[in-house]
Amino acid sequence: MWSLIRRDWQLAARRRVEALLPLVFFIVAASLFPLGVGPEPQMLRTMAPGALWVCALLASLLSLTGLYGPDFADGSLEQFLLCGQSVPGLALAKAFAHWTIFGLPLVITAPLLGVMFDVKGPELATLTLGLLLGTPVLSLLGGVGAALTLGLRSGGMLIVLLVLPLAIPVLIFGAGAVTAVSAGISPDGHLSLLGALLLMTLLGAPWATGAALRIALD
Amino acid sequence: MAGLTWTTFSAPSRFEPLAGKLIPWLWALTAVFALAGLWVGFAIAPTDFQQGQSYRIIFIHVPAAWMSMVLYVAMAFWASIGWAFRVKLASMVARAIAPTGALFTFLALWTGALWGKPTWGTWWVWDARLTSELILLFLYLGFIALVEAIDDPVRGDHAGALLALVGVVNVPIIYFSVKWWNTLHQGSSISMTAAPKMASTMLTSMLLMTIAFWAYAFAVVFARTRAVILERERDAQWVQALARSAR
Repeated sequence: MWSLIRRDWQLAARRRVEALLPLVFFIVAASLFPLGVGPEPQMLRTMAPGALWVCALLASLLSLTGLYGPDFADGSLEQFLLCGQSVPGLALAKAFAHWTIFGLPLVITAPLLGVMFDVKGPELATLTLGLLLGTPVLSLLGGVGAALTLGLRSGGMLIVLLVLPLAIPVLIFGAGAVTAVSAGISPDGHLSLLGALLLMTLLGAPWATGAALRIALD
Repeated sequence: MAGLTWTTFSAPSRFEPLAGKLIPWLWALTAVFALAGLWVGFAIAPTDFQQGQSYRIIFIHVPAAWMSMVLYVAMAFWASIGWAFRVKLASMVARAIAPTGALFTFLALWTGALWGKPTWGTWWVWDARLTSELILLFLYLGFIALVEAIDDPVRGDHAGALLALVGVVNVPIIYFSVKWWNTLHQGSSISMTAAPKMASTMLTSMLLMTIAFWAYAFAVVFARTRAVILERERDAQWVQALARSAR
């Protein structure tokens, strides 16, 4: 498992620009909102949690075609499945590597973008904490979608269609936590639900991904 | 013909003629119950003292919403039977259910919008039940798109089953959403445990319409299953014989 994670990191380090593309998408897409809606700070502040969460969601979905696609194309995925290691373990390792490469940079950049949306201290902290809990869920759910659409012609669009409905709760509670703070309520409830979602997907998604990989390579 | 057991009709070659014989009856049932339901609903049921005539869309809205949830569970059930026990026919039935389920989901949302405009003053609100029903529509569309995108039918069946099972979590969320989040959408009008909160003619009409929708769903799903069977088994001898006799 560990060697698989290290391998994915190494591959990402060899294609640095490719690995940074989702992050660039996140920044560009988020900066479109003030241009489209107008620069009034009051409006931007109320819009920021939702806009940033939607952009983060789309950015992590866009990177999913690379999760299993290249390994499937060059045959290494088949070798992983043949070598007798546990398949859910493989799915977990791939999801973890995906999150560290694509999810974590989003979490780190989000406060910067938040400042550009005129978000204040406590809201900013909640936004970052929410993303820290939510982006692993997106990577894990995305693994299921990526494995289901392996090797299909319209794979990219299909992943978005499959994963988005499942990712909606993450979006609701993540953005809801920030809105709660700005309304003067404790965000604990929303954050606990996000944590619960993380635990649930952590338990369920690797198995579903494993089953989907077996179906794809049957 | 050998004795009838509970797996007799799980063979596509036996199910196809059976479905063909049942379909006209199911259509007749649909027509009778729909006419009776609409007649009771529009001619006999009293006018609501708060909502006036506009409440009458309930006779289509509520049964359609029920069907949208029931059909999703049925689709997930048959798809997973097909996946777990490698029953071809079960997977074909799941494929056939998906478009009908999506249709009922759309119908529930549409009639809900038509009902919401005169009573709530808006076509759409982002209320928990409306949103989760919309997600159900997305799940149906995702299932259809995934199953159609995979060229290998068996892989498509199994991938669809996995997706349907993951999505089935949403159904209880829709069902209980009006209890968990107290928002604009009213609570359920009918419950098994309490006396109905509406006039008995309204209830009668709603139940008649529900039976009509069930019969319609069976008729359409059987017709679509027949088409899927003939397409998939086109190289089988019995289909070839069927085609020759039809020519």
